[in-house]
Amino acid sequence: MEKVIEKKEKLTFVKFLLKYNTYIMFVLLFIICAMLSTEFFSWKNIGNLIRQNAGTTFMVMGMLLVILTGGIDLSVGSLVAAGSVFTAYFATTLELPILLSVVLAVLIATVLGTITGMLVAYAKMAPFVASLAMMTMGRGLVLFVANGAPIMLPENSIEWISTYKIIAGTPEQAQTIGEVTPLLGAFLAAIVVIMWFVMKYTSFGRLVYGIGSNETAVRLAGINVRRIKMSVYMISGLLCGIAGILSATRSKVGAPVLGEGWELDAIAACVIGGASLAGGKGTPVKALVGVFVLALIGNIMNLLAVPSYPQDIIKGAIIIIAVLLQTTSFRDE
Amino acid sequence: MSDKYKVELLDIKKAFGGVQALKNGKIQVKPGEIHGLVGENGAGKSTLIKVLSGAHHHDEGRIILDGEDINIQSPKDSIEKGIAVIYQEFMLAPHLTVAENIFIDHLTQNKGIINWRNLAKSAHELLDTLGFGNISPMTLVSDIPVAHQQVVEICKALSRKARVLVLDEPTAVLTFAEIEKLSLLINQLKNDGVSIIYISHRLEEIFNLCDRITIMKDGEYVDTVITKEINKEGLISKMIGRSMTEMFPKRDSKTGEVVFEAKNICAGKMVNNVSFNLRSGEVLGFAGLVGAGRTETMRAIFGADVMENGEIIYFGQKTRFRSPKQAVKKGFGLLPEDRKRQGVLLEQSIRVNTTLAAIFKGKNKLGIFDARKEKAYVKDVLAQLNTKFNSTEDNASSLSGGNQQKVALSKWLAADCKVIVLDEPTRGVDVGAKVEIYKNINDLAAKGVAIIMISSEMPELIGMCDRVMVMRFGKVVGELGKDQITESNLIALEMGVA
Repeated sequence: MEKVIEKKEKLTFVKFLLKYNTYIMFVLLFIICAMLSTEFFSWKNIGNLIRQNAGTTFMVMGMLLVILTGGIDLSVGSLVAAGSVFTAYFATTLELPILLSVVLAVLIATVLGTITGMLVAYAKMAPFVASLAMMTMGRGLVLFVANGAPIMLPENSIEWISTYKIIAGTPEQAQTIGEVTPLLGAFLAAIVVIMWFVMKYTSFGRLVYGIGSNETAVRLAGINVRRIKMSVYMISGLLCGIAGILSATRSKVGAPVLGEGWELDAIAACVIGGASLAGGKGTPVKALVGVFVLALIGNIMNLLAVPSYPQDIIKGAIIIIAVLLQTTSFRDE
Repeated sequence: MSDKYKVELLDIKKAFGGVQALKNGKIQVKPGEIHGLVGENGAGKSTLIKVLSGAHHHDEGRIILDGEDINIQSPKDSIEKGIAVIYQEFMLAPHLTVAENIFIDHLTQNKGIINWRNLAKSAHELLDTLGFGNISPMTLVSDIPVAHQQVVEICKALSRKARVLVLDEPTAVLTFAEIEKLSLLINQLKNDGVSIIYISHRLEEIFNLCDRITIMKDGEYVDTVITKEINKEGLISKMIGRSMTEMFPKRDSKTGEVVFEAKNICAGKMVNNVSFNLRSGEVLGFAGLVGAGRTETMRAIFGADVMENGEIIYFGQKTRFRSPKQAVKKGFGLLPEDRKRQGVLLEQSIRVNTTLAAIFKGKNKLGIFDARKEKAYVKDVLAQLNTKFNSTEDNASSLSGGNQQKVALSKWLAADCKVIVLDEPTRGVDVGAKVEIYKNINDLAAKGVAIIMISSEMPELIGMCDRVMVMRFGKVVGELGKDQITESNLIALEMGVA
């Protein structure tokens, strides 16, 4: 009975460009970077890039979930700080075991995220406002707990995560190819794979997309929309807490100013990755590409010693270009 | 010939996607005339008016103002040419004052600064000429009653020097006394030479107010008559005027036990003590004008809105659905009237849409989606409804209106619903798709599913239903058995003419 109502769309060159614009942009940037700087395409630099962005990726995955439901979570930066500061606070100031400290810190970030979620889902507060309040409260909380200053982590506690080597190379090898310290990269890969699986193969993932596409229709299909809306903020909080800890493994401190302005980078990464702020559109893999598009821009300009203000100008321009490309592709449909 | 008309719309054609909303729209209004525009829902009245107001751009046809062809591209063009349309839902800013709303597009006479005293004064003068000097120009629009908001809308139109005023169902929200006052006002405007197009379902008003009446049906102009030369029955027959075609497939209805009973349902202002029952395998129609409370009744029962009072007996058990989730769990589904906003997820795949209410059907034992199993299941369900689609992975937006509606319906089939409410199931779909949907409804009923069909199209109610409940102003005003469902019976009850 199936009748072909529409001819199979021909994949013209232009359509190809529009459809895969996120990936193309990434590949182009990568090639440009490799041409501009000899340092760029080295194990050391690429490894650094991955390590630096492991935490960011966790945060961006949380943000993506929220954005997919049509919401926004401005509190991610503060919750990243909460993950980092509370770990240090419990482990150093209160001298709790490190594992317990980590678990408690993640729990606190999750609870904070859950509060935002309840405000949005049950008190019907606008996500922008609820998460703005949580952003302010969260920042205040970590500054208060840390007394405004970074807290050192205990020696030999969690920094092994960022320095753990599979192959113990000689110091000369470490100089030339950099050390192979893959644990943060493994974390990064794991979260993206988990997210990909959840979004594609579970009802939760499907309903998140559904709510972003048409919340009313999903509710009228007999689904508890509020619970799902609350849980995306909860998961965002959880992932931010982990992001904060991953970040602390590299800096070895719980820093209360960590993550200031990160919420905007997280939104930018999702948007470059093709997510729509109206919800329902975007994938974890593309958001990951978004993270690395932003990272590459920063990285290459650092290598070329471009000062930081012009960097921001270029970053902004790239966001505009990415979104323009996407809106063109929507119009095309 | 044409110079005696103030405004004319001739041979207007307008299509939305594949649906031809206007095939031949026509209306000719004289200066200083109140001109009624009538027709069933979907006759194309609103589309015709939106062409005049610039909200829609017509595909073909002419718009003539004062004997000259004009080109209206946007609402701004229309306003500048002295045409004002007052829609059912007012276009007022509730948090601004009366004066600000009246002069919303020319608040500042000079220098970009608002002179509040002048503004209030001109607003008061305008209100006073209409006999509503008691409305204070500086109160917020949200603080004044609906009838006064309407006056503000009319003042807004007059402040723009409107010479053609369109009123779309202006009395739908008014009380009887307010309607009287509005009538006086409209007559006053008429005496000032304003041309008025008056759209209403209430025939009494049309007969009281209008000089001439234009009748539309199925997107086409039927006739223009002088009010004095026609009676209600004559007008109604012109509005219906169609022969029953082979639209409705034959069905041997076998109704069984009462499966659903609603007693004294109350919800908000729109639903007042509604009671009815429903048998398995039955198609029960709900007739009434727009705003009669049919949709609201069903939403309250379904748990989408709060049900303030009343009782539901579902398969012999006293029940109450507190959310759509509870209703769906017990096999009670509702296909909403607004397909695009409430029925389907346009930017998600057909597969996702079909299993939305019965998500477990696509999963394997581990609770993980099994694409192959799910696709096969979705294809099976959609084949039962004769849905035409390319791939289950295409977005629902790639389908025609009729097939989108089938996908929306398929989710209740997938969820094994025993009672399904269909709210305007054929709105905005072409004739071919309508017949298909009728067949689907008959098939469902033959399987023993109990169906409630809200419809504003009389032939549909007559052709499909075993029984029809008629609602008016939030109350059930009549029940018609199979043999009593006729257009004149329906119209009489819907409009309270009887």
